[in-house]
Amino acid sequence: MQAVFEKLKARFGEDGFQLATGPGDPFVRVPVERLRDVVAMLRDDCDLKFDQVLIVTGVDYSDRIDVVYHLRSYAHRATAVLKVSVPRDGGVVPSICDLHPAANWHERETFDMLGVRFEGHPNLRRILLPEDWDGHPLRKDYQQPQQYHGISNQ
Amino acid sequence: MPASFLKTDEILVNMGPQHPSTHGVLRLVLRTDGELVREAFPHIGYLHRCAEKIGESVSVTQFIPYTDRMDYLAAMNNNLAFCLAVEKAAGIEVPKRAQYLRVLAAELNRIASHLVAVGTFGLDLGAFTIFCYTFREREQILQIFERMCGARLTYSYLRHGGVMRDIDDDIIEDVKVFLHVMESKWPEYNQLLSENEIFIRRTANVGIIPPDRAIANGLTGPCLRGSGVSFDCRKAFPYSGYEDFEFQIPVGTGQKGTLGDAWDRYWVRMLEIRESIRICRQVIDNLPDGPVMGPVPKSIKIPEGQECYVPTENPRGELGFYIIGGGKDVLYRCRARGPSFCNLSITHEVCHDVLLADIVAVIGSFDIVLGEVDR
Repeated sequence: MQAVFEKLKARFGEDGFQLATGPGDPFVRVPVERLRDVVAMLRDDCDLKFDQVLIVTGVDYSDRIDVVYHLRSYAHRATAVLKVSVPRDGGVVPSICDLHPAANWHERETFDMLGVRFEGHPNLRRILLPEDWDGHPLRKDYQQPQQYHGISNQ
Repeated sequence: MPASFLKTDEILVNMGPQHPSTHGVLRLVLRTDGELVREAFPHIGYLHRCAEKIGESVSVTQFIPYTDRMDYLAAMNNNLAFCLAVEKAAGIEVPKRAQYLRVLAAELNRIASHLVAVGTFGLDLGAFTIFCYTFREREQILQIFERMCGARLTYSYLRHGGVMRDIDDDIIEDVKVFLHVMESKWPEYNQLLSENEIFIRRTANVGIIPPDRAIANGLTGPCLRGSGVSFDCRKAFPYSGYEDFEFQIPVGTGQKGTLGDAWDRYWVRMLEIRESIRICRQVIDNLPDGPVMGPVPKSIKIPEGQECYVPTENPRGELGFYIIGGGKDVLYRCRARGPSFCNLSITHEVCHDVLLADIVAVIGSFDIVLGEVDR
C-alpha cells in the first residue's frame, strides 16, 4: 500500500490523499472527484497493474458512507484498498464500470443495500432485493418493514 | 411453403427461476430469435437471506453456521474464510494440528464440490451416468465428514481458534481408503465424460472467455484458470499452512478447442481433484500432534476500526470476508466476496448470439451456487 500511496502522491499531489495504516489492513483515502483518475492510473501503470476489482462495497457511519474498493493486481500478486467518503443523503460516486466491468454488479449491490448512487452506471437497478422494496437494509437506521405485499413478518 | 410465410419475430423467453439446469433459482431472460439467443439477462436475488445484515447483528461465533449456508456445497471452505478473517482481526493463534486439519477438511470438501460440479455438468448436457458415479464417491466424503463433525452438509467444523474436535486413527484410515478409491476412479471419469466425443462437441469452443476479459470481468478460481491465468490464492497468499504442501496450479490450454472454453473450465476442475488428493496425502503423512484449539477468549471482541480482508481459495474461486470491528463481539460490517456472484456477472457478455442449448453448457461450466450469489 505504501508503494501505491507514493505513486499517487507523485502523480496527483498530496491534496486529499491520506494513507491509513492501522489498526488492520492499510488503505488510501481518495477524494471522490479524483476516484476515476486514480482507478484508471492504478490499472494502467506498469509497476502496479491493478487489473481486477474484487469488491466494491459501502459502510454506513452515522455521519457519512464510506465506499470501499478492493483492487487486485495479478501481475504483482497484490491487493490495494481505496476508500471514498460521501454524505449519507444523496451521496453520489462516479461509476468505474467502464474501467472495470467487474464493478457493475458490485455497484448495483451497493446501491441496493446502502443507497449510494453511482453516476454513469449503465443499469443502476436493485439487484438482490425486489424493485419495489423500500429503503436500504444495510444502513444502520434501517427499519424492517412489517409487511411486504400483504405478507406479514410477525 | 416459402420461408417468407414464417414469422421471425424475436421473443423473450424466461428460463428459471425453477429450471433444473440453472443450478438453483437463477432466472435468465433470453431474447431469442428461433434457436439463437441474442442476449441473456440474468436476474438474481431469489435466495437472498440477508446474510450480511445478520452478520452485523449476531456475534462472530454465532455467524459461523450462516457461512455454511452461503456456499452449501463447500461449507468447510466458507467456514475457513470467515474464521481466518476473524482470527486475523482479533489476533488469535491457531495450533499447527488444527491448521492441518482445516486444510484436510477444505481439500476433501473441494473434491466433493468438484464432484458435484462435474456430475451436474454432465447431467446438464444429457450424460446421466457420470452423475451417479460422482455422487457415489462424494458419499464417501460426506460419511467422513459425518464422523468428523456429525453433519453431512452444513458442518460448522471450523471454529475461531481451531477446529471443533480432533479426528482419530479410524477416520484417517477412511480418508486413506477414499483417496485410493478416488484416484482409481479418476481415469474412469475421463473415459466416460472428458474424452466423450458428444461431450467434447457440446463444450469445446463454447462460452469462450479470453484471459484479459476473464480478469476484467472479475472471474476467479477454475473459471479464471480455465482461461489460462495461473493464479491460486493458496499459492499467492498462503494461509493455514498451505505453504508446507506441494501442488500444481492446473490451467486451461485450449486442448480440445479454444483457450477459455467450457471444456477447459471443466478440465481444470478435474485436474484440481487430483491436486487435492495430493494435498490430502501430504496432510495425513505430516499431521503433527498437539491441541486442536488455541487459547480463545469466551467472547471474541474485535477492536473498533480494525478491518481486514483475507483471500482464500474456495472451489469456485476467491472467497474472502471483508470485516470491520465495532469494539464488541458483533461485527460493524461483514461483507462476503463470493466467487459465484462475480463469476455469474460475465453471463451477459458471454451469451451473445449463441444456441439455446449452449446457454446450459455455459452456466454449467461456471459452476455457480445460488446460495452464495444471493447470500
